Amino acid sequence: MITVGLDAGSKNTKVCIFDDKVLSTASVLSGFDQEESAEQVLNSALDKAGIKREEIKHITVTGAGMDAIKFADTNITTITADARGTYFIFPSVRTIVDIGAEEGRVVKIDEHGKVKDFGINEKCAAGAGAFIEAMSRALEVEIEEMGELSLKSTKQIPMNAQCTIFAESEVVSLIHQKTNKEDIIRAVHDAIADRNTSMLRQIGIEKDISLIGGMAKNIGFVEAMNRNLGFDLLVPKDVVAPEYVSALGAALIAQDKIRG
Amino acid sequence: MLETKYPTEPLKCWNKAKTLRENYYKDFAEAHEKGGLRWAGGAWSFDAIPAGLGDDVYSLTGEPYGATVAFNDKFALECQEATEARGFARDLCSYMRNYWGSILINKYAWPQFSEEFPKADFIWQDHICCSHSKWYQVASELEGGIPMFSIDVSVGPYEELTDHKINYIVGQMHDGINWLEKVTGRDYDDELLIKAVKNEFRSCHYWAAICELNKAIPAPLDEKSMYSLYVLGTLKKSAQWTADFYEKELYPEVKDRVARGIAAVGNEKCRIMTDTQPPWAFLRIFRYLEQYGCVSIGSLYTFGLIGLWEVKADGTWGPKTIPEIEITNRDEALRALADWNLSKPEWQHFYHPKLKSDMMIRIAKEWKLDGVFLHFNRGCEGLSLGIAENRLAIQKAGIPNMPFEGNMGDEREFDLERTMKRVDAFMESIDMEKIRKF
Repeated sequence: MITVGLDAGSKNTKVCIFDDKVLSTASVLSGFDQEESAEQVLNSALDKAGIKREEIKHITVTGAGMDAIKFADTNITTITADARGTYFIFPSVRTIVDIGAEEGRVVKIDEHGKVKDFGINEKCAAGAGAFIEAMSRALEVEIEEMGELSLKSTKQIPMNAQCTIFAESEVVSLIHQKTNKEDIIRAVHDAIADRNTSMLRQIGIEKDISLIGGMAKNIGFVEAMNRNLGFDLLVPKDVVAPEYVSALGAALIAQDKIRG
Repeated sequence: MLETKYPTEPLKCWNKAKTLRENYYKDFAEAHEKGGLRWAGGAWSFDAIPAGLGDDVYSLTGEPYGATVAFNDKFALECQEATEARGFARDLCSYMRNYWGSILINKYAWPQFSEEFPKADFIWQDHICCSHSKWYQVASELEGGIPMFSIDVSVGPYEELTDHKINYIVGQMHDGINWLEKVTGRDYDDELLIKAVKNEFRSCHYWAAICELNKAIPAPLDEKSMYSLYVLGTLKKSAQWTADFYEKELYPEVKDRVARGIAAVGNEKCRIMTDTQPPWAFLRIFRYLEQYGCVSIGSLYTFGLIGLWEVKADGTWGPKTIPEIEITNRDEALRALADWNLSKPEWQHFYHPKLKSDMMIRIAKEWKLDGVFLHFNRGCEGLSLGIAENRLAIQKAGIPNMPFEGNMGDEREFDLERTMKRVDAFMESIDMEKIRKF
């Protein structure tokens, strides 16, 4: 039974094709027409898996743009998709941190993977991936290099501003003070980690904790979260990359729908 | 069509409630034409006291007025922009900003009664929230210096009440009456005061009794409708028309609905309560909840802003018993009034979040709720104070809850789409399925 999970995110649309195991994943910029992007990324994932569209039994969509994807059979909120996908990969996880381009989420789940509580940062870009993008532009560093560079930092610098706009001003001030780029990047990661661990504490920290979403690909940020919490977070690697966990969750929920 | 599990029917007294509210705003606007007086002040002010000046004294309470403005989003924006242009910060109480804006643009929210904002003859206020007296100090200044009297009621929680604290408030009330006589040039009538105090007892008792009836499954009232009903108590709790409406019309009708199993939401499957004022421009969120068969049965805010409560012999919450005392003079009336008001549930949590958490957890259990929505209301610091601690306590009590950010009076700070998505996630987490999906 082949099912598809689509995560129509605010920046990227991700797809996961599943049939007892993950068959393929693909991602594309969401763009202006999210449904067209979803079609495109689905076709790409189908090609990768060597599967025809007619073989798909059920498509479940999640993510900020899910209402735009009319060809899906069902939809599910990202909170539930995160819980389902993460629990599939790490059954020991009780708390999930999902940081995407424009939104940070924390989810608490029980021993059966059911959502117990959640929190969403939907109003502050300083706690999400968009902040890293803005800072990479200000620092003239490729976004993919931010993680590795921050690991070379030798100095901890506090970043006090609570919003992206003011934080950017603070970064510019640090640049003018000839502060090392590595130290500034670490400060940026620490600032995002601070905001998200604060949200995590609102629902209560319960181990194991998994970090998913696009930001989990940034090794410098993962280190910042680990430092902030004082222990290591579990980051998906083998089953799917961290940015595909919501799509995987949606594909698994699609499986549930078929089985009734 | 949504599936229907219980019978529903409109409230018979609905139109009466609407008319009473309209008449209130009309009376204020036209008071001078009738030779009467106008006063302005908060919904929590001791409105029974100016009643002693005569039956032709009409009030405009600020919070319900600010909410009325908020409901009309275009008018609200006009008011807010005028307030901001005057240099007031956007993070102040949004009711207050709507009220000031209405003065600044000189437009009344009820243009059919008055195109211009009707200027009060005096201001009669009390002070428990950090904005209360400041609100009217500025209002007075904006209107050219209206005489103002404010009573400080922040004497601590009711469970720690002492004679000394009562004396402190009653002393201010006596001073206030002398002040009222001086600024209006009228003689004060203690009989009218006593009558108003007794009306207030009835209004507060019966509103709580009406809310208590919502313990029934299905709930006979939903919170969106309750907003149009509790408002009468916030307009003039000491008025005979408010007390009579609650006691003689609304209470019997709701009781009858319970007896006949009439539901507010016909497909009731899930019961929640909210917290603090709603984002008034977005009450349609309650209709959205109905797609999940979810009814909001009220909140500590709708129950306790005007309704007064007490723990009954069986340990449950019920309407506070109307004092069986004979009031023979001004001092006795003022003492009874002070004691009565100091037990107001919504005044308690200004002193400690635990007091609010305890009441909310009690409601969640006794009204058999599946969850609680917590409004992190940027428009009201007073009632949002301690809300994060309330959430922790509610969590600890094992009650699912969903916080959301917004603003009761400033729609620019509320995101309807995101809030609905959040509602979807919450409903999924408590296993509620949308009846109409896709």
